[in-house]
Order: sequence, then structure tokens, then C-alpha cells
Amino acid sequence: MSETQSLRAWLLTDTPTSRRHARYAAAYQGWLSFRSNTMAMIGLWILIFLIFVAIAAPLLAPHDPFEQTLANRLQGLNADGHILGTDSLGRDILSRLIYGSRITLFIVGLVALIAPVTGLLVGTVAGYVGGWTDTILMRITDIFLAFPRLVLALAFVAALGAGIENAVLAISLTAWPPYARMARAETLTIRSSDYISAIQLQGAGPLRIITKHIWPLCISSLIVRVTLDMAGIILAAAGLGFLGLGAQPPSPEWGAMISEGRRFILDSWWVATVPGLAIFTVSLAFNLLGDGLRDVLDPKDAET
Amino acid sequence: MTMISVENLNVWFGNGRDRVDAVKGATFAVKRGDSFGLVGESGSGKSTILRAITGLAPDWSGNITVDGNVIKGRREKTFYKKVQMVFQDPYASLHPRHSVDQVLGETLHLHGFSDIDARVVKLLDDVGLGAKFRFRYPHQLSGGQRQRVAIARALAPEPEILLLDEPTSALDVSVQAEILNLLADLRIEHGLTYLMVSHDLSVVGHMCDRLAVMKDGEIVEIMDVAALRAMKATHPYSQHLLEASV
Amino acid sequence: MTLLDVENLWVKFPSRHGVFDAVRGVSFTLGRERLGIVGESGSGKSLTGRSILRLIRPPGIMTADQISLEGEDLMQKSERDMRAVRGQRISMVMQDPKFSLNPVMTIGAQIMEAYMLHNAVNKKAAFAKAVEMLEAVSIRAPERVMRAYPHEMSGGMGQRIMIAMMLIPNPEILIADEPTSALDVSVQRQVLDIMDNLVKERGMGLIFISHDLNLVADFCDRVLIMYAGRIVEVCDADKLREAKHPYTQGLLNSLPRLDEPRARLEVLQRDPAWSEAPSVSGRI
Repeated sequence: MSETQSLRAWLLTDTPTSRRHARYAAAYQGWLSFRSNTMAMIGLWILIFLIFVAIAAPLLAPHDPFEQTLANRLQGLNADGHILGTDSLGRDILSRLIYGSRITLFIVGLVALIAPVTGLLVGTVAGYVGGWTDTILMRITDIFLAFPRLVLALAFVAALGAGIENAVLAISLTAWPPYARMARAETLTIRSSDYISAIQLQGAGPLRIITKHIWPLCISSLIVRVTLDMAGIILAAAGLGFLGLGAQPPSPEWGAMISEGRRFILDSWWVATVPGLAIFTVSLAFNLLGDGLRDVLDPKDAET
Repeated sequence: MTMISVENLNVWFGNGRDRVDAVKGATFAVKRGDSFGLVGESGSGKSTILRAITGLAPDWSGNITVDGNVIKGRREKTFYKKVQMVFQDPYASLHPRHSVDQVLGETLHLHGFSDIDARVVKLLDDVGLGAKFRFRYPHQLSGGQRQRVAIARALAPEPEILLLDEPTSALDVSVQAEILNLLADLRIEHGLTYLMVSHDLSVVGHMCDRLAVMKDGEIVEIMDVAALRAMKATHPYSQHLLEASV
Repeated sequence: MTLLDVENLWVKFPSRHGVFDAVRGVSFTLGRERLGIVGESGSGKSLTGRSILRLIRPPGIMTADQISLEGEDLMQKSERDMRAVRGQRISMVMQDPKFSLNPVMTIGAQIMEAYMLHNAVNKKAAFAKAVEMLEAVSIRAPERVMRAYPHEMSGGMGQRIMIAMMLIPNPEILIADEPTSALDVSVQRQVLDIMDNLVKERGMGLIFISHDLNLVADFCDRVLIMYAGRIVEVCDADKLREAKHPYTQGLLNSLPRLDEPRARLEVLQRDPAWSEAPSVSGRI
């Protein structure tokens, strides 16, 4: 008890004694303010659960997600040991849902890596360097922004061939421009601030200023934006899957599952509804998490 | 003997129709070890002169000489080792995500010092903060403490000239007294030359030996502090400013 | 005659480290006078001003035995009734006019809107009234200013316009929170003169919140000196320089002065006992 007490005091101190101590204390205080946001915690728990399910899929799934039993097709909820019923080929929906979480996480993780990093690079360089560089980079961004998102992704997938990797690439390709715009706008305000002037007066070069001084301030709002966009990304991936351009059968991707279930929506509503609910829950979780992260990470509010 | 010499300095922002002339034909000189004040109301161009000297205002014409070296184009690294600046608002001049240690450590690293740990501690002692402030973040510091960190950062390269841009106008009067005393002590200890901008005549009267009064981008009068205290300004505008601030 | 009577005002902010008392047991009265509240940042002077209008946002909590405006206790009023008090009977002028004016509306439209909100009149009458108000705050070409947007105005001009707007409903009390801190000294004087005239002519009560002791000593009738959420001293403004409390003296002595040059400025030594001692009452 007293040990946890002193650890708490150590983490909450206003007078850290080492670099490591200062970093831990800052992280802990951020966590405390995040934890006080109930909705964000709910979002976080849903996502932790999703990750757990994806990792432990073989242990959790009651059936083989690919095993077809045509005799057993379109079984209702809780029939014959199929808790969420079976689809048109007699496959267990719960098992497919569990394995599908891996695909969802794969898409989300990859897009979350590619799009914001590209956007951050383009945006901060354009914003900080200015002039011709800015004009060229931002016009390229505008071109990508001008295309309808799903149509551009469709064209891309059509050119490269259908498949989950190409779907991820296509979504990333359409997702980065808003991040670039945002990073540029932030860079423009950060660039004219006194602390950037101060480091310029120490003779620091543009590379150091962008990576060490501008990025840390842009990244927090990017993370918030990414988590809020995650829902849209899952939906876009599901949309591509639904159109048959994303994950290919028999892969248990949630969007593809809805697409298959669509034909039986009137008689066997659960086949399309259950994966739909899964997409809804995960999207909502990301939105809740994003809202909470904004409160913790946004440097503008952190001052008070 | 002359440390800073500014001759016929013009500074402008924008081009063509949007061009704003912020400083027009400013000329003054500061002797080594002296403290020179630039006084004027907001928009008079006093801070712009500092920014032109440091290179933060890119469009200027005229002659600027610092310690015998004529300033042209991009500033060399040796320039920043000699000239440093303290900004007006200590809430805006420190990176919100960098601890005191990172701020001072990076500055020392950029100037090629190797004994960074020892120097960080020494700098914090010099500005009266002490080592216990080393790992704090700006939001854990008061305004006066932040300004002390900013002064420590300016002192890090061991400069000979400090440009002070309203260093106390964002602070409470009791904190202002502490910072002004600190700056006075540092000037003696390190043999610094000060060029200080302020809108507050009593602050300039306290800190400086000579001062220039600015109005609408032009220097209307240069006088020494004895004349200021005797309320003997020759230009009507400086006289008006003096009367308004007593 | 007492316009406003504030008794035992507290403002608390609950935080992770416990409850922070920002204003602690402040009591004062305001007559038809210019009452100054001075203190350093964090002394609770601005929060005291905002509390009178019950403008403390959650999680902040305010309590008071009473805040009575000519006998009516504002603490008993509903939020709806408070809205009728704010602006109508008690107005507030903030530090920076740029943040208080709508950037996409002309100044004339904003003043007229404010006037028509409080008075059932047509546009023509509102226009005439707006011109009159701008003239009252010494704006020379009111018609031209009416057509301008806030960004075209200088700081002093903006602050005068704000004061003009605040005066339209003819309030009994004007609360000015650092109204001249963002202005140059020469403009400062003009704005103060305008406020002074209005107080005299209309018999308003003025609460003037400032960190500038010299300004308050010159401008106000009575001064409350705040430290750490408490009133540590109450005195007549012209006797501020003979103030007894070591905090007030320390503040005065820490100012550099042209007429008395010193090698070193006196540094305020803070005594923890100051913040422990109970508030001095500013009631008459």
C-alpha cells in the first residue's frame, strides 16, 4: 500500500529529478486525465478487447471459419451450437467475425501507418519551407482531394487488381491529403511562434526544426484525427469489400460478409446485421477514443 | 569600441501594394558594455529593429555592423554565438513539449559544447533557478521562472550581446523587479552589451544608459538617461511620451 | 448609496490535488464610485469581477452569502433572470476588444443590434442612438466608424467602441477588467477619461480591475488590494502610496521610477502569513 502510494507521489511530482522521471510523470498525468473520461475509456476497452480477440482467434473461435456445411446453411441465432447462426454456405458467423477482426486490425493498422506519416511529411515540409515547394506540394494534395474518395480507390484497385493489400493502399492514397492540409495549417502557426524563432537564433537547420520542434506538436492532433478517421477507414474497407474489390472470398472480411448476407436480408437478417454491428461497434470505439485523446493531447488545452 | 552600429536601416514587410515600411532610416550605435534602449508605442518599429539584426526580418537595407563585422545575407553560426535574444512573452518563447533540460541541452549541443550536463546546471544556477528546475516542463513553471529559462537559453552560447524584446512586459511588477535585477547582475558578471526594447520609460530609465525614442518607424530622438530623468526631451513627441508615463 | 453588496464570496476549483480556492471570503460594497481592485496575476481579481455576473464556468464553483444589486440578491436568481441582469444592469468590458467584437459584422451593425435587443425601436432610431453613443466615447467620425469592421480599428478605438456598446442599455454598474492594459500610454489616458466622464455624468458604479497600482491610484476613489484570493488591504486611492500592508508596499517599491533612480529594485518578500490571514472587508 505505502509502496503504491509513494510510486503515485513519485509520478505526480512537480519536481522530477531525472529525464526518465520527467517523461514517466508527464505520461502518467496524461493517463490520469484520459482515465477520467468515461466514454474514452469505454472506447479503449472495446479496442483492447478487439485486439485480444484478434490475437486469440484460434482459441476463441468455436468452429473453422472456412468450413462449409451446406446442409446447415442460414441457421438462425443460437442454433446447433452456432451462437450467431450460419451464413449461406453454412459457415459459423461468430467464428468468421472473430477471424475477421484480424483483417480489420490489419487494414486499420496499415492505413494508420501510411496515410498520416505521408501527410505529416508533405504538410510540414510545405508549411515550413514555403514558396515554390509549398505551392507544388499543396497542388498535388489538392488534386488528390478533388477526386471522390471511393471512386479513386475503386480506380486504383481496378488497376492493381482486387485484394486486401491493394485495398489498403488505395484507402491510404485517398486518406493522406487531409492530414497534409492539417499538418501544413498547424506548421504555419507554429512556424511564426517565438520558440521557433528562438531555436533559429541558435543556428538550427530546417531539418532539425521540422523533426524535433514541429513534428511533436503536429503529431498529437494527427493522432486524434486518425482515431476519429478510423471509423471512416473501416467503412471504406468494408465498402470496397462490399463491392467485391477488397478482401476476396472466402476471406471473412466484415464488409464482404455484409455483401454476401445482403441477398438474404429479408429471410435471414442476422447474416448481414451481425458483421454490420461489429463494424458499428469498432467505429464507435475509435470515435470515443479519439475524443478522449483530443482532451489529453491537444497542446492548446494542455496549458490551463 | 562600438559593439552594434546601425546605419540608415530600413525594414519592410510584403511587396508592391502590400508593402509596409516598419523601420525608416534608423541610425544609432551602441558601445561595448553599454545598455541601449529603444522606446516607442506599439507599431513604432522598435521590435522590428531587433528582428532585422538577428535575421528574423528578412527584408532590410542599410548597414548593420556587429563587433566590427558587417552583417550580410545569412547569419553565420559565429554570429549567433555572439548575439542572442530574449523574447517578450515567456509563455510563447518556450516549446510547450520540451523540458528545461531539453531546451538548454539542445542549445548547448547546437553551439558545439560537449560538457552539456555541467553547463545546464551552471546556467540554471546563473539565472537563480537551481538544478531542481532542470526536468520541469514550461507548464509547471510560473511566468518569471519561464523568463529565467529563456534568459538561460540566451546565455548558453556565452554571447557578448543580448537583445531584449520587452523582457518583462508580460510579467507582474514584483516579478519584473526580480528579472530586471537579474539582467543587471548578468550584465556586470558577463560583461554583456544590451539592446533593450520597451514601451515602459521607467524600465528603460532603470536599465539603460542611452535610449532612442521611436515613432512610426523613425527614430525621433536619441538621448541619455540623465536627460530622461530630468524630463528634458527635445522632440515634442518624446516629451509627450514622458509626460504620459509619469 | 450602495449599489452592490458582496458578502463572503468564494470561488473554488476542484482539481486532482484537492480543491483550489481562487477567491476566499471576499466582501465589499460599491456605491456610485470608482472602485479599484488590484493584485498580481492569480490573485483572484478577475474571478471576483466575473463572479458578480455569476460567470464562473464549471468545474469552478462559486458561493456567497449574498451578492445584492440594489437589494436584490443575484445569488437567488435563476440563470434566465441573470441574463436580464448581464449587460442590462451590469456591463463588463474586457481586456482585448479584438476578442469581444464579431469580426464579420460592421461595428455599426453590432451596436445597433445590441441596442435593438434591449429596446423596441426601429432601425433608424437605433442608428441615431449608435451615432450618439460613439460620439459619447469621443469618436470623431461616427458614421465612418459605423461602416468599418473591427479589424480596421486600432486598439484604443476598439476599446472605446466596446465601452460604447456596454453603455447602450444604461447599466448601473460597469465592470472593467484591465480595459487599458493592451493600449499605449497616450491612448490609455483618453480611454480612462471617457470612462471617468461617463461615471460622473450617469452616476454609475465602476469596478476597475487592474494590475497597475499607479493607474489605480490616479484613477479610482477606493482600492481593494488582493493577494492569493483575499483582500489584504482596503484604502482610499489617494492614500495608496501610504499603504500599510507589506504586500502593497512591496509592490509599490518594486516599480522602477524615473524620479528616484536606484541601483537595484526592491524584491517583494512574500510572507506565507499573508495568504492565511482572513480577508479584510471592503464594505462600508
